[in-house]
Amino acid sequence: MKIHEYQAKAIFARYAVPIPRGYVALSVDDASAAATRLAKETGSPVVVVKAQIHAGGRGKGGGVKVAKGGATEARDLAQKILGMQLVTHQTGAEGQKVRRLYIEQGLDIARELYLGAVIDRDRRRVAFMASTEGGVEIEKVAAETPEKILTVHVDPAAGLAPYQARQLAFGLGLGAKEPLGKFVKLMTALYDVVIREDCSLCEINPLVVTRGGDLVALDAKMTLDDNAEFRHPEWRELEDKDEEDPVELEAKAAGLNYVSLDGNVGCLVNGAGLAMATMDIIKHFGQGRGVAPANFLDVGGGATQEQVTKAFKMILRSPKVKAIFVNIFGGIMKCDVIANGVIAAAKELGLQVPLVVRLEGTNVELGRKILGESGLAIQAASTMADGAQKVVAAVAR
Amino acid sequence: MSVLVGKDTKLIVQGMTGSAGGFHSKQMLEYGTQVVAGVTPGRGGEKFERRVPVFDTVAQAVAATGANATCIFVPPPGAADAILEGFDAGLALVVCITEGIPVTDMLKVRRVLEGLRGKTRLIGPNCPGIITPGAAGVGCKIGIMPGHIHKPGHIGVVSRSGTLTYEAVGQLTALGVGQSTCIGIGGDPVGGMDFVDVLELFQADSGTHGVILIGEIGGGAEERAALFIKERMNKPVAAFVAGTTAPPGKRMGHAGAIIAGGKGTAAEKIAALEAAGARVAPTPSDMASTLISMMKR
Repeated sequence: MKIHEYQAKAIFARYAVPIPRGYVALSVDDASAAATRLAKETGSPVVVVKAQIHAGGRGKGGGVKVAKGGATEARDLAQKILGMQLVTHQTGAEGQKVRRLYIEQGLDIARELYLGAVIDRDRRRVAFMASTEGGVEIEKVAAETPEKILTVHVDPAAGLAPYQARQLAFGLGLGAKEPLGKFVKLMTALYDVVIREDCSLCEINPLVVTRGGDLVALDAKMTLDDNAEFRHPEWRELEDKDEEDPVELEAKAAGLNYVSLDGNVGCLVNGAGLAMATMDIIKHFGQGRGVAPANFLDVGGGATQEQVTKAFKMILRSPKVKAIFVNIFGGIMKCDVIANGVIAAAKELGLQVPLVVRLEGTNVELGRKILGESGLAIQAASTMADGAQKVVAAVAR
Repeated sequence: MSVLVGKDTKLIVQGMTGSAGGFHSKQMLEYGTQVVAGVTPGRGGEKFERRVPVFDTVAQAVAATGANATCIFVPPPGAADAILEGFDAGLALVVCITEGIPVTDMLKVRRVLEGLRGKTRLIGPNCPGIITPGAAGVGCKIGIMPGHIHKPGHIGVVSRSGTLTYEAVGQLTALGVGQSTCIGIGGDPVGGMDFVDVLELFQADSGTHGVILIGEIGGGAEERAALFIKERMNKPVAAFVAGTTAPPGKRMGHAGAIIAGGKGTAAEKIAALEAAGARVAPTPSDMASTLISMMKR
């Protein structure tokens, strides 16, 4: 789960990772009030108006602006940014609507650095990466000048050792006594954040050195490990439904894995690997004929008839779906459960598009019988390839 | 012949009294697996299906039955703890089926596993398990795969996906070709045995004549497997990598199936495997036929 910058910074504050002063604004009036309050608190009229969306590259897209003239200017900027469709390299062409702002004190910046923590799955460790090239996309630095990225891996038994933080500090040119101590403290706190808050990614870009010599997290990007939701009831408050695909949210609530895609064949599959492979084989046979998968949908290993019905309804309701491919290899999942679920949904919503079904595995004969006697126009497929070819033929012109 | 499990495997099931654990314990017993004990804290002294004793701790179960493997169905909040308990009891094999374990828990588990230096092997989590097909008393099924689709034989199957493993096994069996051992290593970003660990066993096993490897997007396990195939294997390997059409940055069902920062695409993995001499099936419907065509040469 992704969270907003201001939410990540609130978590930072709890762990004493230094952040600038700032306030959330949901309206232009909020923004103006926040700017006035910051000016009073900091003695400087300079504030930054920052769009809060779940995507990087906000500055380049025009979603982050500096107001040097205090509350009036902040108000004007908020007027422009709030409600805009912010397009960045991570949002896609349609962009993301800005509904929340964060109004933050302006800082006098001497240097911009990068510090991030990720789960390095190949090394099975938390990896910290640091770079003197802060404020730009770290993927770009990694591709063009990989030698400018310094990395340390943390032993989960020992935790982050101070020498590892010092290694990065010296590499970043923070070796003088005062910044060294501050950096070690900040990085140690950041490791605590990663472990205790179950982050799969935690990034500060840029981490700034102010002219006064302070280290401050000017930005914060955090992705939380969905698997750890059971021990973080507070995460429910952090969720921003406006940032998610509504169909994906509906699927999640029903216990289904769903990802929207651009194509025209709806897929209902059991198992993540088989669901991906089903998309691949549709593309394989459909390429050049205008046929591609409309979604990834894994109903899981032990779905109930209700879940299958729900899943099939989600596909039926999508206007872009021109045909449906149900591909099941039942292990724990029984074929008759799938068959009954599909029929229940089709009876309720009506079946207006061709339906190809491939059933294999546990209770397959019963499943086929149920479908055969349903009166629905179903094309049965003997294998995955047969099914994919049939569904492609049904859509291709 | 087979790897890791067979007629000498004596299995404990952790979480046997839960619904998934109970259902699959019955299935494993029916298949002929020697399920010698169950473990559920607080339920020690009960009998599962009137025949399998249940213990409070893994250590007690091992002491009483001489078990050498465990299969874990404990829900996510207690799953990492269950794995560590299996390690501590000195079991040779720990298979964890549970899906949804936090990755930071698995980092710790993995660290402990490395300290055991090969004394214990971990399969999973978030996996279907391991099966050596065969008649009762010979075959051994540990996990949730449908036993009836398998057939004893000489092909090793290793996969990050459950249902795609069944798909490959179903194709092999339909063509009359049996399997030595099938191992689902799981779909999580941090787990136990990797492709390379399993390939090493298949290469050394005289009963395995060819291998189907099923990968998916995310991480670098397929690339490491490619290196191993190139340098250390002389048995034919057919492969499939799921997710050619997966959009970057989206988690495709499995926690580990995600293209992050442009890394871990199917195209990169397919190229690495082909360059190493594996043959990559053009579609997931051709996994078995691709391997068989290699073996006829």
